[in-house]
Amino acid sequence: MIQDILVTGLVNGGVYALLAIGFSLIFGVARIVNIAHTAFYMLAAYSFYTLLVRAEMGFALAGIVSVAAVVALSVLCYKLVIEPVREHESAVLIATIALALIFQELMLLAYGGNYLGIPSTLEGVLILFGVSIPYQRLLILAVAAAMLAATWFLLYRTRLGLAIRATANDLEVANLMGMNVERVAMATVGISVALAAVAGVVVAPVFVVDPFMWLSPLVTMLAIVVLGGLGSLKGSLIGALIIGYVEAITVFALPAGAFLKGAVALTIMVVVLLARPEGLFGVAFEEER
Amino acid sequence: MFLLRWMWANLRNEVLVLPSRILALAWVVAVLLLPLAFPDAYVLRIATFACLFAIFAASWDLLAGYTGQVSFGHALFFGAGAYASALLSLRLGLSPWFTVWIGAAVATVFGAVVGFLCQRLRGAYLSLATLAFPLIALGLLFAFPDFSGGELGVSGLRRLAASATGNYYVAALSMLAIVFGLWLLADSKFGIVLHAIRDDEVAARASGINTPRYKLAVFALSAAAAGFAGALFAHYLRIAGPSTLEVALSFQVVIWGIFGGAATIYGPVAAVFILYPLTEWLGSYGAFGELRLLAFAVIVLLVLLFMPRGLAPWVRDKVESQCPRCKQRNRAWRSVCRLCNAPLRLGAA
Repeated sequence: MIQDILVTGLVNGGVYALLAIGFSLIFGVARIVNIAHTAFYMLAAYSFYTLLVRAEMGFALAGIVSVAAVVALSVLCYKLVIEPVREHESAVLIATIALALIFQELMLLAYGGNYLGIPSTLEGVLILFGVSIPYQRLLILAVAAAMLAATWFLLYRTRLGLAIRATANDLEVANLMGMNVERVAMATVGISVALAAVAGVVVAPVFVVDPFMWLSPLVTMLAIVVLGGLGSLKGSLIGALIIGYVEAITVFALPAGAFLKGAVALTIMVVVLLARPEGLFGVAFEEER
Repeated sequence: MFLLRWMWANLRNEVLVLPSRILALAWVVAVLLLPLAFPDAYVLRIATFACLFAIFAASWDLLAGYTGQVSFGHALFFGAGAYASALLSLRLGLSPWFTVWIGAAVATVFGAVVGFLCQRLRGAYLSLATLAFPLIALGLLFAFPDFSGGELGVSGLRRLAASATGNYYVAALSMLAIVFGLWLLADSKFGIVLHAIRDDEVAARASGINTPRYKLAVFALSAAAAGFAGALFAHYLRIAGPSTLEVALSFQVVIWGIFGGAATIYGPVAAVFILYPLTEWLGSYGAFGELRLLAFAVIVLLVLLFMPRGLAPWVRDKVESQCPRCKQRNRAWRSVCRLCNAPLRLGAA
């Protein structure tokens, strides 16, 4: 049981980290609370399903095409829907909620409400210290680690990353230093949705695909981001692992754990917030006036 | 006779001078006369739901619009009211006329607890933390199905009134009372303090306002109104189910609130009375049945692109203008202020 907890926690933590870091990034740069973030994750899973099962592409190709398509869609949505109302924070908020609902309903129309299964992209299991780990889960872990490393490289070793970090730090000064803040925000939207889309593609064969699959990771992701501190990437990563393990422990060790898994994770978030209102790694910034 | 003349004078001088007040009056009359005009069960059912959701949306607006505590978990209070009233009336056999008040009281307690826990949080942290509470409650409900009925909820409740018209009037009169109560409260000195807390909490505290106490009071008040709506909803539907706690309901009230125009009270109410019947009406067409939520989201999105501040403030700015000297509102087509005779537009007088 302990081995199960260790493996499940790590794999789920990896997926949550992909989602939470993307969300955190876009909140930090553009101050957008993007409720539609996990809707893009759902769209990527659907697109992967379509390309793999209906169009019978190879899975590497299907995965790459899905991610690219979803990123293009997200940038388009940002241009058409979010940018015109950027000044009105509350309007942005419900615009993202409305977008998420629209995607959900469109998928419901196109594919129906059934659960769609995707065949495993990798067969076989790895036996490690007496625990059998399916290769599929190892793949999730590897992809998550690779994406996190790539994000780190992009943010801390490239000029675009420097611009993104500067904008997140202080939008007005970054603008005055000659950065195209709008362009930076758009690039951030692309990067953050790419992370979500990759997560959607890798988990699709493990979880089932349905139009409502965005809701439960949305809540978990928000809990993680708040737990780790809004806008802090390190916090999101550590928060994701914490929540991943807490959920795994609840499911395996408690009776009726599957029902309580969300409740326990959220309770931990509330407790952390009571002790540290800015989250584990958040910076307590003075109120912007 | 004197009273009548006084009422007529008030009506003419206070209400009929502004188009927005005429609209509000017309709406009140329409709400009260609806069962006489359309005694159809289906219309009454939709109107009853609209009234209940209007209470809910208005209570959210007091908390989120006025005080700036944008709650993503307002369904918690709705669900708390619904479940408390349902369990009490079913298990103890109390009259629903009595238990709806207890439902509101239980919701008030929930509101005070949530407000206390969220005291130090602000902005996006507060929104996301409040999102957690109804989900924690939902998890507990599913984990103890013997007590809560699990996914099926608590069913077999008694209605408040026997006839559809009676039920409608219960909902409509409570809606009018609560909405006007909240509106008066928001327009009073208390409401001004709430505006101050939203705009600059540090400055409000520096001016000697005990902001934590005010925030706690608003959480409790708003939760009480939401819980009352929830309790009425449960007795009308005759079931208190997990859907009263879902994220969808929390998001729905955020959409109503912002679509109608935050910090107005009448905005969210107007949004409910427009959006709810509209989506039901669209849903009643066979082909549109499945598209209902889609149409709802698209309408909200399109309207927002044109009126980012919300529907009610947009309409109000079209039909009224503010006097530059005395800050009183006037019909947009007047050239001088109705109270101080200052010219309203440059070069007009």
